[in-house]
Order: sequence, then C-alpha cells, then structure tokens
Amino acid sequence: MKPEDYLALDFTDLPTLPAGQLDKHIEQLVQARAAEQPMPPERAAAPEGPTGARPGYPVNRRDFLAWLGTGIVVFVCLGDMAAAQETRRQRGGRGGVPADFNAFLRIGEDGRVTCFTGKIEMGQGPITSLPQMLAEDLEVPLESVDIVMGDTALCPWDMGTHGSMTTRSFGPALRAAAAEARAVLLELAAERLQVPQSQLVAQDGTIVDQQNAQHRVTYAELTKGQKITRHIDGHPPLKDPAQFKVMGKSHVHHDGLEKVTGKAHFAGDIRLPGMLYACLLRPPAHGATLKSADTSAAARIPGVQVIKEEELIATLHQFPDVADAAREKIQAEWEVPPATVDDQSIFEHLLKVAPEPTSRNDAGDLTTARKDAAKQFTSTYLNSYVAHAPMETHTALAEIKDGKATVWVSTQSPFGAQNEIARALGFPLEDVRVITPFVGGGFGGKSQGSQAVEAARLAKAAGKPVQVCRTREEEFFYDTFRPAAVVKIDSGLDAAGKIIFWDYKVYFAGERGAAHFYAIPNSRTASAGAAWGASADAHPFATGAWRAPGNNTNTFARESQIDLMAAAAGIDPVEFRLANLTDERMIRVLKTAAERFGWTPAKAPSRRGYGVACGIDAGTYVAAIAEASVDAQKGTVQVKRVVCAQDMGVVVNPEGAQIQMEGCITMGLGYALAEEVHFQSGKILDTNFDTYELPRFSWVPKIETILVEHPQLPPQGGGEPAIILMGALVANAVHDATGARLWQLPMTPERIKKAVESRGA
Amino acid sequence: MPEPIAFTLNDKPVRLAADPERPLLWVLRTDFGLTGTKFGCGEGHCGSCAVLVNNVASRSCLLQLKHVAGKDVVTIEGLAKNGALHPLQKAFMAHDAFQCGFCTCGMVITGAAFLRTHPRPTREQIVRGLEENFCRCGAHQRIIAAMQTAAEQIAIANR
Repeated sequence: MKPEDYLALDFTDLPTLPAGQLDKHIEQLVQARAAEQPMPPERAAAPEGPTGARPGYPVNRRDFLAWLGTGIVVFVCLGDMAAAQETRRQRGGRGGVPADFNAFLRIGEDGRVTCFTGKIEMGQGPITSLPQMLAEDLEVPLESVDIVMGDTALCPWDMGTHGSMTTRSFGPALRAAAAEARAVLLELAAERLQVPQSQLVAQDGTIVDQQNAQHRVTYAELTKGQKITRHIDGHPPLKDPAQFKVMGKSHVHHDGLEKVTGKAHFAGDIRLPGMLYACLLRPPAHGATLKSADTSAAARIPGVQVIKEEELIATLHQFPDVADAAREKIQAEWEVPPATVDDQSIFEHLLKVAPEPTSRNDAGDLTTARKDAAKQFTSTYLNSYVAHAPMETHTALAEIKDGKATVWVSTQSPFGAQNEIARALGFPLEDVRVITPFVGGGFGGKSQGSQAVEAARLAKAAGKPVQVCRTREEEFFYDTFRPAAVVKIDSGLDAAGKIIFWDYKVYFAGERGAAHFYAIPNSRTASAGAAWGASADAHPFATGAWRAPGNNTNTFARESQIDLMAAAAGIDPVEFRLANLTDERMIRVLKTAAERFGWTPAKAPSRRGYGVACGIDAGTYVAAIAEASVDAQKGTVQVKRVVCAQDMGVVVNPEGAQIQMEGCITMGLGYALAEEVHFQSGKILDTNFDTYELPRFSWVPKIETILVEHPQLPPQGGGEPAIILMGALVANAVHDATGARLWQLPMTPERIKKAVESRGA
Repeated sequence: MPEPIAFTLNDKPVRLAADPERPLLWVLRTDFGLTGTKFGCGEGHCGSCAVLVNNVASRSCLLQLKHVAGKDVVTIEGLAKNGALHPLQKAFMAHDAFQCGFCTCGMVITGAAFLRTHPRPTREQIVRGLEENFCRCGAHQRIIAAMQTAAEQIAIANR
C-alpha cells in the first residue's frame, strides 16, 4: 500500500463512540474507582476536539450570525468584570461576533446547547467544568452540552486563559447566561402549557407542570421555530449550592477518548492540501545581529523554497525533516555581543539594577519593633530562571486565501494572536481567524503568538499554507522564562515566640503572593522591579508569567523564613504557624492537612524529614505537609508523601480540581529540586531535556489531596495554587531531615551537599 | 527514485519510496498522516513519539525509515483492535490519567509494551518502565494507577 492510499484510510475500525457508550467495562472501572462519582457523560454528537471544522457549525461570520439567530441565544456582559471593560475597549465594535459581552450560549432547535468561549483547553479541564456550570443553571443533562473554545470567529473576545480566571470570572458569566435562558424557556412554556410560570419547574431539559407531571414540554420543542436573542448585564438569580446536581460532582474529562486514541488534534496535527513546513534561521544568542546569510546551498535541495523577508529567513518543504536539513545548509554569520552575566552572577546583577522597592501593606512601627525583638533573623532567598517546557512546542499553521488568514495556533491567547497576526500582515482584524485546537500545555508560556506571526508571514510569502513548529532548542530559546528573583527578609520574634515584625523586600518576582497572611503587628511588604514587561532591560532575555507568577518565589521565601523562626524559637512549625495566624480559612486548611498527615508536634530539625508550607493564590487557600528523605552524601532528596488541603470555594468538578492539585505538586518538584535555566547573557545553554531536567515518575510521592468545603464562597482558582508551596515545602522537609537550610532554588545535589557541609557554620 | 521500503503499519502492508534515512517520526506524521505520534524533543529524551516496532516501544524520532524495513510498526492509531480500545487506553480514561494529553499517546504505547513483558508489575517496576517518558502536567500518579488497573484487567481477561 502506498502512502496516498494509506492516507485515504480513515481507520474506521477505531472506536468512535462517545465516552459514555464505550462499554460497560470502562464504566465499571470509573465506578469502582470512586463509588460516589456519576458515570462519564455521553455526548450524542461529540465535536472533534474543542475547535476546528465541526459538522453543523457555520464557518464564516455571516453564516454564523444567521445560524446563531435561530433558537435561543443569550449574551451576557457582567458589568463588574475587568474583562467586560476590556471587551468594550478592545473590541471597539469591530467585526466578528457581536461585541460587548463575555459569554454566550445557544439552544438549538434540536435542544442541544452550545457554549462559546474564547478560553482554551490546555489540560486544566474547562472542556469539562464549563459545560458542568452551564448544565447546572440551565437544568439540562451534561451530555446535551457542546463547547466551542478559542475560535476568534465564533467566540466572544477574551483576554486569554491565565491567572486561574476561567472558572472564577468566566464561569459566573456563563451561569448567568444559562439562568437567563432557563427564564426564557419558562416564559415560553407557560404560554405553551397555559399555566402560570410559578407552577412550572425546569429539569433535565424539560419544563414540567408541578401539578401534573405528564403535562410537560422539552427545550427542543420550545426552541423549534424560535428566534430569540437576549442580552443581559446583571446577575440573574443563581442556584443555592445545596441544590447543585451537576456542579460539585466529579466527571471524567470529556476529551479522554480523543486523547487516548491519538485523535485529539493539536496545532501541529492539522493537515491542509499543499501545506509546507518551515524552519527558520535562528540567532545563536539573544542580542545577536545577522551579518550575512547565504542560502544558496539550501535552495539547491529539490523541493525546498527559501524565503527571505527582512530578518525572516526560512526554508520550506513538504516534509519538515527536509526543511530542517535545508536550514542546516544556510551559511550565516552573526555578531554576538560579549556575555556580561550568567546564571551564577545574575542575582548580584539584579540587585544592582533594581529600582528602590516600593511598599504596600505597611502596618505598625518597624523601627520600634526591631528594638523590642528578642530574636532577629535576616535572610536572602534566591530563585532561578525556569522554563515552561510544555511537551508541545509552540506551533502554528497558517493559510491565506482570498485576502483572509486562518491560523491554527497553540496559544493561551487566541485573540492576542489574532491581533499580532493582523498587524504583521497588515490585514484588518476581521480578516484574521485564529482557531485554537487542543493546546499541549501552556503554564503561562503560550501567551505570545510569535510562531503564529511567522507562519502567517511565510504563508503570505509562499502562497501556500505553512506550518511552523518550534524545535525543542527553539522552545527553550524563545521561552519567556519565570524571572530569576531575590527576596530579602528581616523578621523578629518577641520573648514569647510571637512574630513581632516582618520586613519583606522582593526583587523581580512581582507582587503576587508577596503579602503575608500572618498576624504580625509591625510589617512592611515591598517590591522592586516587575516580573516582566517594565523590567525587560534587567534580564538578558524575555521573562513572563509562569504558573502562579511571582507566588512560587514569594511563598518559598516567606514559608522558609517562618520555618526558621519556628526552629529558632524551639516551637513545632505547625503550632508556630497556628499561633501566629488569625485568618480562619488558613487555620482550617493547615489543620486539615496536619490532621490527615498524622502530624505530631516536634521541634525542627526532628530528623523525620517533615516539611510544612501554606499560601494563598488566585483566591484559594492551600496548605501542605510533606515527608522527604535526604541522602546527604549524594545531596539527593526523595519526597515520599505530600498531603495537600485546599479551600477554593465552590468546587465545580472535584475530580478536576484534585487533578490540578496533583499536577501542581508534581510539576512543582521540578522547580524545587532541579529546574534552572543555564545561560551566558543571551546565549541559552539548555537546548533539550538532557541538561534541563523535568520531574520523572521516580520523583513522584504519594499525593493525597483534600478539598476543604466552603460552598458559600464562589469558585476560586484551581490550576495554580498548590504549586506555590513546593519550594518551601521541600526546603523545610530537607531542613527537618538534616538541619541544613537551603536559601536557593532549585535545591540541586550540589547545593544540598554544600548546605549540609556548612550546617551550623 | 530510491528503492521502496516495505513494512507493516497498523496491520497493513505499506511501501514507501523515500530517502531511507528520513526520521520515522516525520514519515509517520506527514507521509502517512498518523499525527497521534508526537514531536516532543527530537532527541529521544521525552517519549512523546513512541511507537511499537515488533512490539517494542521505540522512539520514532531516533529511528530512520530503513530501520523498520520488513518490521511491524504500530502507532497509537493502531493500538485499538476490532473497535475495542486497549485496556490501558480505557484505564487512562477511567483514571483521568492525562491533562493536556500531548504525552498521552507515547505514554500509552510505552505502557502497553511494558505490560506485555510485565503482566504483574509492581509499582516500582511501573515507575522504572515509564521513567524515560515525560509528562509536564504532572499526571504521573494517575498514570501509575492506570497501569495497575490495566494490568489487572488484562489478567482478568486472560484468566
């Protein structure tokens, strides 16, 4: 069989059933694992991933608006959302779907419900949790909800998927739309059934007369022939959490079948007729300038097309490996500025160029408190540059047809990418459509769309669809690293072991998580240098948001300092924290974690290898306790067990929330123990996973997660909070095991050995 | 035109006249359109590109087309047989043993090969068996649980 015949095969023997219909077998597995869980949802017409050309969806704006106009459509703009204001300002009434709203949903004449969101799915689970929220307030079965994500032609403008905002901000808008749609359906039903609305109840996609259960009408029947559009600004009444039927229950991820069979399409998996793969000439270091480039040898390779457009030099071919080989033939001369700073000297450099820290949250009188303190502690904490390193590198495929661009992009910010592409091509915004297929991990690193701009420019120049897929080396080189940062803390205890003052200065990590939450009468929190943006000149390369930006560094420093004060006071670290806390939410999560762990009080270092840390991120409170063993000879750490308790308000999908906590704990082991970008000024020395280590299976402890109930509080962030604890959690466990304090992340074997050697010095 | 290279791909005999030194990964992804096999690192570190070659999990980014001449290659698309998912695929779904899903295909292929040779694996054996496969999202604990479930299910089916 030739490849073209093979391509014609569609592997029809593959299972195509939706999750719920797979077979009894998998359902039993799901049930056996968690008896309290409902069955995996069915989807009568499973869409092909979150986006892309789906049967039944119109592909251009005019058709889309016409299609939208049938059935019941509710647009929501929640006035109190920052996003809403941005929506108005940035969209400014341009083309695309109607402006001025954050969310909308449509109930079709077949009764199926579609939710449209500019948010994207990168593993954090909104493909499952957003339909849950919608189904809850619309009173429909979860399996009748479809979701379209990250498509700029079909979805409302969105600022991007980051900051744990999807459930917190977008969720309420979606629930408001659902509640409004339910109200419309109740009105229609009252007319149809000729009974007062108060007598009717919505359940399972049907409106039922409470006095005669046979007297009922389905949403599909009510929607047939309707063209109803509603715009709402306010907050329609939402449900009492005690009444939740779909929210608050665990559901296995909706994208499971696609992801385990290879059918899930990521940006690099989209295929268009005649498409070419591009490899771009890359500089050897940031700051390098191109002196000359001879592409003649590359151009002689059969089938290779060379494109040179100012600084954009690329080899294109129908096979990516041939395009790559052609790139290797380019003879380029670069001028590289001499290196002035590296991963050793960076902290000194940062302190030298830092502006004066500015303080917020001042309380009490530091000067007097310093004099009154029985014990004082002065510490400096260092944290390195860390890469996002998603398994999927930045990828984009661009097609330009009839003056319009369609670009499939692995991005956390489809509308941002649309903007960048339109500017680069000189196209009006409405002539650029960005489609976001499944994204193979982001963690804050896929917020910029430079690979999409490259693909679009090359597609325009080549006259054919072009894919750009970064190599792993390019991925490291162009990453917007988590910034290296320094934290300096002066703190003091009174004679009774209470924290009497706290003077905190953070340089270049940013303010997220900088403010402490302990009951300290005299304190100051100051920050110097933003984590990215305004601080660009301080770093030899780009920095950016990295899962819970700023908070990993701040929580490492704060919780290490708290721990060393507890040890100096001779007080158990959990008891010390509880004695210095008045915040009930924090006390509750800490006590919950300690209880589940089976904590017994002891003064550190107890040689048990127990560590504790607490933190707040994205509105969520989190505390964890770990047990670790340290091989002092080798300098290695094995974290054996982590118990983590989290209060995140209403939990939409408990299973999904726990998956995120486990992911945070596992990923966080990387920056705690190994991850660190090596460089000499603009030259990035890490080019692949041989020198840049990611957490592996053998590192993974037994992880136990607990969701502390708090149903009166709206949903808070879930994808980031637990990761902030990992630096201090492991550092405190290492101290408890060895008596050695680690001041710098990551805690590499070299640093641990050094700390153990200088113990007590 | 180079001499065609013949091999079996997901139970179907195929022939491809191409440079025999082309990476198998890109031959699969472009020439054959089998995009379940992912590019992750290109140097054999991460395992996203794993395929079965004569039932052995192999890194397709390091293999060349000529290396599979006459051999039996199975990609994630060919792992399910006769419309039934492999028990490990089901177990991954049941345990939510993925987040972004980009490493999942390589993980399932590597895990399926491992279970053939280790029908009753201990946790430690599973850890060693998957140690060279990377997951950035941190689904490791659930992947281990899925492996244990799949091993049990295979044992039950073979009883």
